Amino acid sequence: MTKKRTFSIGRFLVYLVLIIWSITTVYPIIWVFQNSFKAKDKILADSFSLPLGELFTLANYRKAFGNLNILSAYKNSIFISTMVALFVMLLAGMAAYALSRYKFKGSQLLNSLVIAGMMFPVFATIVPVCSMEVSWGIANSNKWFLSMLSVILPQVAGNLSFAMVVLIGYIKGLPIELEEAAYMEGCNAFQIYFKVVLPLAKPSFATVAIFSFLWSYNDLFTQTFFLRTPDMYGITTLLNQLTAKEGTNYGLMASAVTLVVVPVIIVYCFLQKYIVKGMTAGAVKG
Amino acid sequence: MGANIYRNKKPVFVFLIPAFLFMATFLYYPFIKNILNSFMSIKQLGSSATSFNTPWYGNYVDMIHDQNVWTSLKNTLIMMVVTLIGQVGIAIILALMVDNIGRGKQFFKTVFFFPIVISATALGLLFNLLFLYDKGMINQLLESLGKTQLTDWKAEGIALFTMMLPVMWQYVGFYFVILITGLNNISDELYEAARIDGASTWQCVRYISLPLLHNVICTCSVLAVTGALKVFDLPWTMFPKGMPLKSTFLTGTYMYYHTMETKNVDYGCALAVLIVVLGIVLSKVVNAIFREKDY
Repeated sequence: MTKKRTFSIGRFLVYLVLIIWSITTVYPIIWVFQNSFKAKDKILADSFSLPLGELFTLANYRKAFGNLNILSAYKNSIFISTMVALFVMLLAGMAAYALSRYKFKGSQLLNSLVIAGMMFPVFATIVPVCSMEVSWGIANSNKWFLSMLSVILPQVAGNLSFAMVVLIGYIKGLPIELEEAAYMEGCNAFQIYFKVVLPLAKPSFATVAIFSFLWSYNDLFTQTFFLRTPDMYGITTLLNQLTAKEGTNYGLMASAVTLVVVPVIIVYCFLQKYIVKGMTAGAVKG
Repeated sequence: MGANIYRNKKPVFVFLIPAFLFMATFLYYPFIKNILNSFMSIKQLGSSATSFNTPWYGNYVDMIHDQNVWTSLKNTLIMMVVTLIGQVGIAIILALMVDNIGRGKQFFKTVFFFPIVISATALGLLFNLLFLYDKGMINQLLESLGKTQLTDWKAEGIALFTMMLPVMWQYVGFYFVILITGLNNISDELYEAARIDGASTWQCVRYISLPLLHNVICTCSVLAVTGALKVFDLPWTMFPKGMPLKSTFLTGTYMYYHTMETKNVDYGCALAVLIVVLGIVLSKVVNAIFREKDY
């Protein structure tokens, strides 16, 4: 059935509303981007014009790279988030496989523990986690690796149960015949998991990886507890400090926001399909 | 033979132990410990509790008398209403619109979703610039439209609005994507049958799309309400320490304020317990209101 495509007022209004909402999501970013190339007084006087000719300056970026440890913050953030994503995939994958294939006493209990884990807000665990890590000597030490670890551990735990729910859903839907065939060939459970289940479940692992990476990369709360010195800062802690210390240096703020946001947008454009799926997984089936 | 391979139960522990050990250490144990902590006194962040408070429930008594707790509860409830009506409501309208157009579905999906991938901290900075008193984008825009007086978007009274607008704006796309997936799951045959019977677009939306979306809308509502309790990054970046005059605290930011700024750590723990209780009660309430239906 083909619908008639005639121009109508209704259709025009629908597109108008949709385009207006698109402008509200996109224009603020463009605005910050163009103003990051202007001096502070120009931003305040004339923020809508393009930074061409006399308006154009790279001073904000020079300052951002000079005064802020923006590169080291990137390094720290990417290291933390990559590690979180890897550990979540490894631990959640194995547990999800066992929970979806084995029937044993207490599997029901473990399943409800997983669901319960999703309900705990980070506010309710952070103080004890902090004192635990201090007593182990991980938190607030001056060593780079330990500081990173102190953020990675609670973030992994925070993402595990959600990842398990997504993975269990997917692994349960895989045909068991392939695993049986592997078993007949003499594979043990570990070989079956790593050689059969893992490759088959790749899409859901990608979902989990993207979700935990972005969640960890964008998280401010946990980072402020464990990353307190400038060379340990991640991206979000750096930005947070920037508002506190240089709150009136608008050009610098604009350039810092641009530096943080633009790489994410570029990645988003390429991996958009997977990211959208990853961030909304669990909420919808199918 | 199905379960034959999985009759040997020994490997199961090797698979399960790492993950559950991790969750026990960093989730379940701290959660219980946090409840205990709320009855004890903690000198500073990172040190462990030494003795019970006198009386042991002292923090909870303080909470009832603490004006800021009530402010933050009130603000959080407002935030929930805003997320429910603003986020889910706008998302429903946008999703129904996008579902009914021919071209550009993918484009709108991409554009609407993208604020979610940006960290709320960066967005907080961005909105700080937009809402600058002298003069950010909004005030410049209003000026060019002929408004002569500058608006102080962070003044008392309007501050709450300035804080909630970006939070609402950021997550509309999230619910939009969930709803549009739900709409795609509705079979085209239903619409075709309705068209043959002479239904208008509006009737299709009213009598097919909306009823069949009921369960998805229910999921979104629960997510929006529980999500409102977790909002932290954006309000804290835009309005640190509940400024102006501690009027913009949310339960999350107020908990952080006591844990990190005033060093009243055990009081922070008690506030965290409040957040948990609130979350459980409210998601039960929402579930009862929008009870899932089977079709």
